Amino acid sequence: MHIAEETSERHVLSITVTNEAGILAKIAGLFTARGYNIESLTVADISDDHQVSRITIVTNGPPRVIDQIIAQLDRLVPVHKVADLTEDGPFVERELALVKVAGKGEHRIEALRLADIFRAKVVDTTTESFIFELTGPSDKIDTFVGLMRELGLVEVGRTGIVGMVRGKD
Amino acid sequence: MAEMSGADIFVQCLVDLGVEVVFGYPGGAVLPIYDALYNHPTIKHVLVRHEQGATHMAEGYARSTGKPGVVLVTSGPGATNAITGITDALMDSIPMVVFTGQVATHLIGSDAFQEADTVGLTRHCSKHNYLVKSPGKLGQVIHEAFHIATSGRPGPVVIDIPKDVQVATARYEKPDLSTHVSYRPQVKAEPDTIAQAVDMIAKAQRPIFYTGGGVINAGPEASALLRELAELTGAPVTSTLMGLGAFPASSEQWLGMLGMHGTYEANLAMNKADLIIAVGARFDDRVTGRLDAFAPASKKIHIDIDRSSINKTVPVDLPIVADAGSALADMIAQWKAAGHKAADLEEWWARIAGWRARNSLAYAEEGTEIMPQRAIADLFKATKGKDAIITTEVGQHQMWAAQHYHFDAPNKWLTSGGLGTMGYGFPAAIGAQMGNPDSLVVCVAGDASIQMNIQELGTATQYRLPVKIFILNNEYMGMVRQWQELTYESRYSESYSDSLPDFVQLAQAYGWTGIRIEGPQELEAGIRQMIETPGPVLVDCRVAKLTNCFPMIPSGAAHTEMLLDPSQVSGTMADEAKALV
Repeated sequence: MHIAEETSERHVLSITVTNEAGILAKIAGLFTARGYNIESLTVADISDDHQVSRITIVTNGPPRVIDQIIAQLDRLVPVHKVADLTEDGPFVERELALVKVAGKGEHRIEALRLADIFRAKVVDTTTESFIFELTGPSDKIDTFVGLMRELGLVEVGRTGIVGMVRGKD
Repeated sequence: MAEMSGADIFVQCLVDLGVEVVFGYPGGAVLPIYDALYNHPTIKHVLVRHEQGATHMAEGYARSTGKPGVVLVTSGPGATNAITGITDALMDSIPMVVFTGQVATHLIGSDAFQEADTVGLTRHCSKHNYLVKSPGKLGQVIHEAFHIATSGRPGPVVIDIPKDVQVATARYEKPDLSTHVSYRPQVKAEPDTIAQAVDMIAKAQRPIFYTGGGVINAGPEASALLRELAELTGAPVTSTLMGLGAFPASSEQWLGMLGMHGTYEANLAMNKADLIIAVGARFDDRVTGRLDAFAPASKKIHIDIDRSSINKTVPVDLPIVADAGSALADMIAQWKAAGHKAADLEEWWARIAGWRARNSLAYAEEGTEIMPQRAIADLFKATKGKDAIITTEVGQHQMWAAQHYHFDAPNKWLTSGGLGTMGYGFPAAIGAQMGNPDSLVVCVAGDASIQMNIQELGTATQYRLPVKIFILNNEYMGMVRQWQELTYESRYSESYSDSLPDFVQLAQAYGWTGIRIEGPQELEAGIRQMIETPGPVLVDCRVAKLTNCFPMIPSGAAHTEMLLDPSQVSGTMADEAKALV
């Protein structure tokens, strides 16, 4: 016997929640308990009084699973609203990365030139290294990191994405 | 207003919320609360023998009265012992509020004596949970917890109260709960979906109502509305295990339970229907059988208060998010307003009559042994008209009770459906008896299940509760044995109940009356004696040992592939079927 697999779609969900103890565990735990995937997860409070947080989750699954994920999230008591940006779109998504590259001579110059093309900022430098700060959609960061790999990539830190639907609403 | 201790706030909240009974067990981390409850004039405390028992008692109390069940246990092992019952209540949508003691706030996280991360442990088996870190918040949290447990899709809510919060003082005022910032369950259906639903029903040629525990949870009015709508439309009605009693089994329109051990007519009607109206049922795997073969020719309307139940396993044509009772009332009003008459369903009913004629619940009786089905049928006959409440444990006896005991009213049938918890039935019977002191409450049990919470014999004795336990004793974990017979060529791995106690003597040791029934000639008299004897009675009814529960849809099979009798059993199964539960 073999276990069958279904084809998946990538969805970006934006969830507003009451900022209470354990809310992140509750949401992350729902994903593990029901076998859903998390590609990235970001969270920070977004209201003046620190009562409301916005969580952005990138997940993937077949359409009926995505629908279930939204319904399951929506019935958690502290959840205010679940928006499927992929469904509601078009939307903007951005991720921030810090990329450390070490090298000398031609490699160093090439890294700086590429950083300029990608509009990455240098936020730390020594004579033998840079830390670049880069924002953009995840695939832009993937590409930049891929290029830096050949030029002395030391480490990468990424935030995971935040997203927002375009337009006035 | 003067300040009160957290423990006093707790007690005042219960009084304000109308709580009459608390099922609990004291311990270090709840001593302040127990002291506040000492000799309380209106709140009755039932001292259990194990915290799991307390949770199932609360479930039985809730299911039979419609009021939330309340549990009070200590930290650590008190909380962990309660977890099975909390999960059971979540799966079966039972309103319950569980209070757990916790070590003092400054000790949390230090591996203190009897410390457990109760909020972490119950996060995914409760509808919601709280750790209350200040007595000033306790009142708000307790009132909110009762609201959440009893509204929307009901479920268990856990409140973890550190010991210092029970001792420290704060002001308490009854909070205003009119608006919750995020929790607002949708009770009323969108009017256009109701109109569409009614239109679909009026046009259907082979409609069927498939109803579940949601109808019971929506209150007795919802059951009455279901009867009215069924009568208006003339459509047949089947129900899940959890929904038994919402529609009267004595009605001509009743097809019996559907699903794995449902009747032939219920499952075939589901398979051939052109319209399924699901009300408060969630297309559970025990009901659907193989999904790709489930009700292939039908359109489906799904009424459920929990949006996540809709399209979870079976895609439906018309989702309606609403309370079952509210939606049924709207549908009746719309049916009448539109001037619909019941469609001519004569052909549909003729096909159903053909399936009924198979008499799928029939069983052969021969020899000197009591057939377990006969024992249930006789129990039904003896208690008919007595408005009895029946609870069950989990296994073959549970299915036989569902098949051969016939319910005409809701809240009379208490069973663990979703989680399938052995050890549920006996404490549930105690809880039901607490909530219904004058009712006849019978727990139908198996010889293995009853041992999972048998310590509660002492609880019934202590509170003079006249519960009856009716054990169908076949000396096996019968359902496990049956699956081993069907799937593993009768290799009965660890399913024999060896070293059973003498149940009659055990009952007597606890101050109960014990009765043994050994042959068919003793059955009727034994049951009568059980009912007529005052106080708690345990019956050890010895039944045929190797009887299987039929009809049966094996795991991974379609509704059309029912096994009706033992001659159809092959003794092996494909790996795909073996992998299913």
